[in-house]
Amino acid sequence: MDAAPLTPDPAGLLPPVQPVQLLDDQGVLHEVDGYPLDLKDEDFRNLYRFMVLARRVDKQAINLQRQGQLGVYASLLGQEAAQVGGAYALDEQDWVFPSYREMGAALVRGVDPGKILQLFRGTWLSDHDPHATHFGLLSIPIATQALHAAGFAMGAKFDGKDLVVMSYFGDGATSEGDVHEALNFAAVYDAPCVFYVQNNQYAISVPLSKQTKAPTIAHKAIGYGMPGYRCDGNDVLASYAVAKQAVERARAGDGPSLIEAVTYRMEAHTTADDPTRYRTPEELAEWNARDPIARFETFLTREGLVDDTFRAQIDDEAKAYAARMREEIYDAPHGDPLELFEHVYVEPPASYDEQRALLRRELEAG
Amino acid sequence: MAITMAQALNTALHDAMEADDKVVMFGEDVGTLGGVFRITDKLQERFGDKRCFDTPLAESGIVGSAIGMAMYGYKPVVEMQFDGFTYPAFEQIVSHLAKMPNRSRGTVRLPVVVRIPYGGGIGAVEHHSESPEAFFSHVAGLKIVSPGTPSDGYSLLRRSIDSPDPVIFFEPKRRYWLKEDAELPVTTEPFGTAVVRRQGTTATLLAYGPMVRTALDTATAAEEEGWDLEVVDLRTLNPFDAETVVASVRKTGHAVVIHEAQVFAGFGAEVAAQITERAFYDLEAPVLRVGGFDVPYPAAKLEEFFLPDTDRILDAVERSLSF
Repeated sequence: MDAAPLTPDPAGLLPPVQPVQLLDDQGVLHEVDGYPLDLKDEDFRNLYRFMVLARRVDKQAINLQRQGQLGVYASLLGQEAAQVGGAYALDEQDWVFPSYREMGAALVRGVDPGKILQLFRGTWLSDHDPHATHFGLLSIPIATQALHAAGFAMGAKFDGKDLVVMSYFGDGATSEGDVHEALNFAAVYDAPCVFYVQNNQYAISVPLSKQTKAPTIAHKAIGYGMPGYRCDGNDVLASYAVAKQAVERARAGDGPSLIEAVTYRMEAHTTADDPTRYRTPEELAEWNARDPIARFETFLTREGLVDDTFRAQIDDEAKAYAARMREEIYDAPHGDPLELFEHVYVEPPASYDEQRALLRRELEAG
Repeated sequence: MAITMAQALNTALHDAMEADDKVVMFGEDVGTLGGVFRITDKLQERFGDKRCFDTPLAESGIVGSAIGMAMYGYKPVVEMQFDGFTYPAFEQIVSHLAKMPNRSRGTVRLPVVVRIPYGGGIGAVEHHSESPEAFFSHVAGLKIVSPGTPSDGYSLLRRSIDSPDPVIFFEPKRRYWLKEDAELPVTTEPFGTAVVRRQGTTATLLAYGPMVRTALDTATAAEEEGWDLEVVDLRTLNPFDAETVVASVRKTGHAVVIHEAQVFAGFGAEVAAQITERAFYDLEAPVLRVGGFDVPYPAAKLEEFFLPDTDRILDAVERSLSF
């Protein structure tokens, strides 16, 4: 008896061995079959702008933490291309479900970085409206947001809406059960969901080799019957082109996919971490040479897409962003304590009246 | 007309889905099969497989995707097949379902109902008879509901589905076949209120879910002793109706809290504390707790020795009265 052919055909789901790269380390653009670039000059400049802004905002956040203005901060340094390229492939109606290291994606989605920082400052647990920005709340428990993305995409699918959901998470998250369940749910329902892994090589101190025995993270996709993609996450054009393909696939009703953007976290896990305990200066230098912004800038300059005037303009904008962040964060008061009771329930229990009254008395007593 | 708890719950789901096409029902085996207890019987047939559907076997996935669907605009009602299988979903319930509305400063609301058939008394294998309500009652942001009668099963489930806040809905599985003369639809007392099921003067029995019936049976048995027991059905653990509870205890001076769950750090401890804080001088004796022993839920042939029953409750009443 002939064995029935497997569906979907496993061969079509495997990622390329080498990550897709459009810009080489010298900033030279190469065409890669299957990953056409549909970008206008303005888009190239926009990608550059978001990456520069992300880096400036990130640096400002680290400084604010060092000045005691933020409790902690998780830097995206080195991951600007992966984050910006992925999010740039989305349309306005689409949604992002982020982890806590997603300042670049947040900027692309139009979320005010000052609002993101209120979380790290401890003013509020979160301060942006996901429905206004289509950018979910920063999710701190690892991998949990992947299920919210899958569920949201299932909702869109059942509702017949043209909407794609992108879930961001890291290499460490791929060891968590929730990522497994999210990939499986999204696949079973053909949900329009793109799982975008920034493989930045470390989960705090634990390297990828201790997270998984899989050949690559993208190879995990085949276990869920979805295609796995790999891209050079320090190449913003590859990150964009691969994400675009996955997004279009989802939009066409062909279901979810898993992208592994291979990148590197140049900073510590958070400002509370000491990476010298687990990685070498040589390794850092090697990745520093692959800096995503420098590479893209080389390309843009050679192509005449940016010039000194444009660079100065972006630099001014970045400085203005940073200044506004300092203004918003520096010595910002904590939230109104009485708001603690405000949002937990639409229909709060009677005990909230007593407890609010108690807190009010404590506040009045000083 | 005599209806069972199972019929009441099934009808509540049906009517809620009929009333609002944003209400969707999903979980393990809830579609074609209609649920292992048939609580979702014929819902898929009636509403299609986009409104009532089977999921992969993954409880965290069920609750996590329900959160996403609620953010999208649906009102998901999800089923945990058994109490003891709820724990994989614990993180999604505690870290997100309960907290996200507050975290979002009210910009995200999660009108999700997690249905959990709970408790013992059906001779099941391990992990199929647990009473995990105290875990969830401790979590700010959730409402905790457990009906004791078919009418309440219908009314509280409808109200839970309409709730803008997330609800953990504990269904007393050994009472799925409990009958009551009732006409559906029915609206019982306002959500969040306890109810006096039996008026009495000697002592107050406080119960919820599967123990409401046991408490009422105990009150009947106690008549032989000449005791006139009052039975209060809490109906919702959060919100907790302290007013009704305290009014009853003020009247009788004696309070015995009953649940199937292990007594240590169980919900009974909260009830005892609420009574003690609010009605200390009305008490003739300490508030006593009756429940399962502080051991893991036993094998089926031994559950009758673990679960509280009329004898154990009467013993507590006697201790209270002779204090």
